[in-house]
Amino acid sequence: MPDDKLDLLQGTLDLMVLQTLDTMGSQHGYGIARRIEQVSGDLLILNQGTIYASLVRLQHGGWIAAEWGTSENNRRAKFYSITRSGRKKLARQAENWDRLSAVIGRFFQTAAKGAGE
Amino acid sequence: MNSLLARVLAAFRKKDLDREFQDELAAHVELLTAENRRAGMPEDEARRAALVKIGGLEAARELQREARGLPTFDSILQDLRYTFRTLRKDAGFTTFAILIVGLGIGASSTIFSVVNTLLLRPLPFRDPARLVWIANSGEEGLSGQTTQVRYMVDLQEHSKSFSGVGGYMAFYGVGDNKLTSDGPPERLSGVQVSRNFFSLLGVQPFLGRSFTAEECKWGGPQVTLMSYGLWQRRFASNANIVGSKLLINDKPVTVVGVMPASFDFGAVFAPGTQIDLYSPFPLSKETDAWGNTMAMIGRLSPGASLATARAETSILGALATKADKNGNGFEPRLRLLSEHVSGRIRPALLVLACAVGVVMLIVCANLSNLLLARTATRQKEIAIRAALGAGRGRLVRQMLTESIVLSLCGGALGLMLAFFGTSSLAHLQTLSIPLLENVHVDITALAFTFLAAVLTGLVFGLVPALHVPGISLHDSLKETGRGSSEGKSRTWIRKALVISEVAFACVLLVGAGLLIRSFVRVMDVNLGFQPERAATLRIDPDSRYSTQAQQNTYYNEALRLVRDIPGVQSAGLTDALPLGRNRTWGAPAEGHNYTKENFPLAFPRIASDGYVHAMGIPLIAGRDFTARDTPESEPVIIVNQTMAAALWPGENALGKRIGAGGNQFRRVVGIVGDVRHLALEKNSGNEMYIPIRQTQDIQSVDLVVRSTLPLPALANAVRETLRPLDPNLPAQEFRPLETLVDKAVSPRRFTMILLAGFAAFALILASLGIYAVISYSVSQRTQEIGIRMALGASTGELQRGIVFQTMTLAGLGMLGGVAASWILARAIQSLLFGVTASDPFTFLLMLAVLTLVAAAAGYLPARRASRIDPVTALRSA
Repeated sequence: MPDDKLDLLQGTLDLMVLQTLDTMGSQHGYGIARRIEQVSGDLLILNQGTIYASLVRLQHGGWIAAEWGTSENNRRAKFYSITRSGRKKLARQAENWDRLSAVIGRFFQTAAKGAGE
Repeated sequence: MNSLLARVLAAFRKKDLDREFQDELAAHVELLTAENRRAGMPEDEARRAALVKIGGLEAARELQREARGLPTFDSILQDLRYTFRTLRKDAGFTTFAILIVGLGIGASSTIFSVVNTLLLRPLPFRDPARLVWIANSGEEGLSGQTTQVRYMVDLQEHSKSFSGVGGYMAFYGVGDNKLTSDGPPERLSGVQVSRNFFSLLGVQPFLGRSFTAEECKWGGPQVTLMSYGLWQRRFASNANIVGSKLLINDKPVTVVGVMPASFDFGAVFAPGTQIDLYSPFPLSKETDAWGNTMAMIGRLSPGASLATARAETSILGALATKADKNGNGFEPRLRLLSEHVSGRIRPALLVLACAVGVVMLIVCANLSNLLLARTATRQKEIAIRAALGAGRGRLVRQMLTESIVLSLCGGALGLMLAFFGTSSLAHLQTLSIPLLENVHVDITALAFTFLAAVLTGLVFGLVPALHVPGISLHDSLKETGRGSSEGKSRTWIRKALVISEVAFACVLLVGAGLLIRSFVRVMDVNLGFQPERAATLRIDPDSRYSTQAQQNTYYNEALRLVRDIPGVQSAGLTDALPLGRNRTWGAPAEGHNYTKENFPLAFPRIASDGYVHAMGIPLIAGRDFTARDTPESEPVIIVNQTMAAALWPGENALGKRIGAGGNQFRRVVGIVGDVRHLALEKNSGNEMYIPIRQTQDIQSVDLVVRSTLPLPALANAVRETLRPLDPNLPAQEFRPLETLVDKAVSPRRFTMILLAGFAAFALILASLGIYAVISYSVSQRTQEIGIRMALGASTGELQRGIVFQTMTLAGLGMLGGVAASWILARAIQSLLFGVTASDPFTFLLMLAVLTLVAAAAGYLPARRASRIDPVTALRSA
């Protein structure tokens, strides 16, 4: 496996799925997987099968809803869309994520400075 | 919470959801393939790349299922399904396992139900932990343990530790009340209680009311409360019974109420008897003059403890005894009522509980052993599952699931057995064990059974299950591989299991052996009378015979009529059959001075001429009573050997006089043999016989008949004969004397039979264990045996070798078992009679039994081994 690809952090996939549905609107599993790969600039190793576990989790939590529809190639496919509580969760999680990455970033900066002296 | 609910729901819609996901996934693959095609891949390559991208369809499905449902639950279901399949395939093993677990658990939960009712569950009274049994200091005899009314009143007035003190008159007789109204005449048992007795226990009448102060006065109105059982049986639960009058002993008695069904006096205070009527006992001068009569119960007042109550009552008792020289004295002995009730049966129950525990251990050892043998034959299957990716944890869990399923099935069977066992125990009314009627399988027992089943499954499944990961994949999958190195450690465990089974069985056998020997000893005790071919019937004279002269005419007439029946050898009357009544009277010899400590007491029995002979009591010297011992003739008395020797050591008692039960002196005219009248295990002490025609101090009259007639014929003949004398003679209760003895030994027999049953079960299991291990080792060594036979080993040698192997195992087990029994037998000392806890005969006999059984269990596989055809054995290698 190439070294420059990133493994997904635990729990981040759910967040990406939510974000994708928030910006793209209703989407099927393939569409969501595609989109995540595109946005990440193909840097993420996404085992597309894992999307569905994430979708089930989000559905159980009531953050997304599912509906059967027809795909681009005229096949029956399940379309997912974000719910109101999903949006709230997304906002909360995004803020958490920001704070966490800020802390981590600061931590590494200080550590780098400390090491430089 | 929501997501948990969703998961649970999903777990139940597995099929639908799987199908849906199948579609969803197919669409995804389709889209990916199309994308790859657009990128210029050939058709099959495009699809393959799509599948890789998804990470495998099965894996995606599994991931989704895991997120969706209850993964552990699912896999447990899977384990269960698999378990049922394998267990069904091996029906013989399954049946056997369920059967022995069922028997073990059935026995355990039955015993648990008994223990729970008798020892654990509180008595059926309000706040029973505060109830105290207040006995008097006397050691032997009911008279010694009961208290004179004056001391009870004193305690009621002065004690601060008790919020109430009440009691019942202990000297009631079974069947003392003859009911002649409302249907056929019937003898009922009644007990007199102090006014506060029911409120003290916290029991309210179900109908009507309790006694009033007026009714509790001497000579007050005659009233009674009846038991729920009597009300239902005889009065068809008639709600208007309160206020009606019954004819009891020919006197009208008003019914003031009915006690609730939950109140069973007999079950708590007089095991094995049924009390039908409760009447008030006056605490008056008159009843005080009767001497020691009251069995007392106190309720501790708030803040008081048993210890403070003990201290206080002993001071109060001593003061009262000192203050009043005319009293019988009161030296209180206090214990909790619950201890008093369960006291005597407690050691036996504890022994049974431990025994049943040991039985369960043997069951577990046995099943462990069988499961180990099964894992050995299933090695290949297990190896294949491991090779296909089953984790070790999963395999262990699978094995444990199997054993727990087995033991739960066994538990279900056991529960049925327990329902059956408890209900048959509860209906053993002749058994004089307290509270036995209340024994049933309740929620606690259900929980116990369930826990026992799960625990049993875990215990017997653990060793085999932990063995699973040790199975070597490579060896197992090879065609002929036998996993020899694991084989050794497994053999070692199996041997240890068998050894411990033998040891446990040995302990149970020795325990049962000691109890059986004790029982035999008790039954061998010289009762002093001969119960065979003798029977008794209550024939109290009714109210038409009120004066002593009339009563004496009645006795003469009754005896004459009965003796005239062909086949009747002798007949006599008494007021106290052995192993029934319990009382003592003062009995000083004329011309002796006694201190209070050595004042002679004796068990009095009012009897007629012919009683001694009808009972088969030997007349040692002097004469029996005659019909001429009347109020007009000299007062006479017959004493037993012990009393003759105690009152006049070294002298001839005949012709001496005794002041028996009053100031009147009676001349000793006869000396008879001792009778075990309290219990089979207890010596007689002083006994004296007073002629029935010279006293009116009689509460009941029992006719004792010795005859060659069969009981039903005798009963009919006696009833027919006596009809002119007493047309109201109740029909029931013609009892062979043997039933008295049976009842007296019933708790001992109960314990013995149960323990013997457990021991037999243990013996069977242990022999099966030995058989299983030896025949397994023989089948494993078929080739070796074949080679040895080909090399010229004789059948005899081979058999000897295998039997020797068996005996080594059994011997080790017995060694441990004997050592454990030696120590544990001390614990059942109190249940033994006539044998010591280290009785060598019992130990040797039980070892012989075990040796024989072990030899038999080893001989069968040995014989099979010697019949192995060397050619076939070697070829199969």
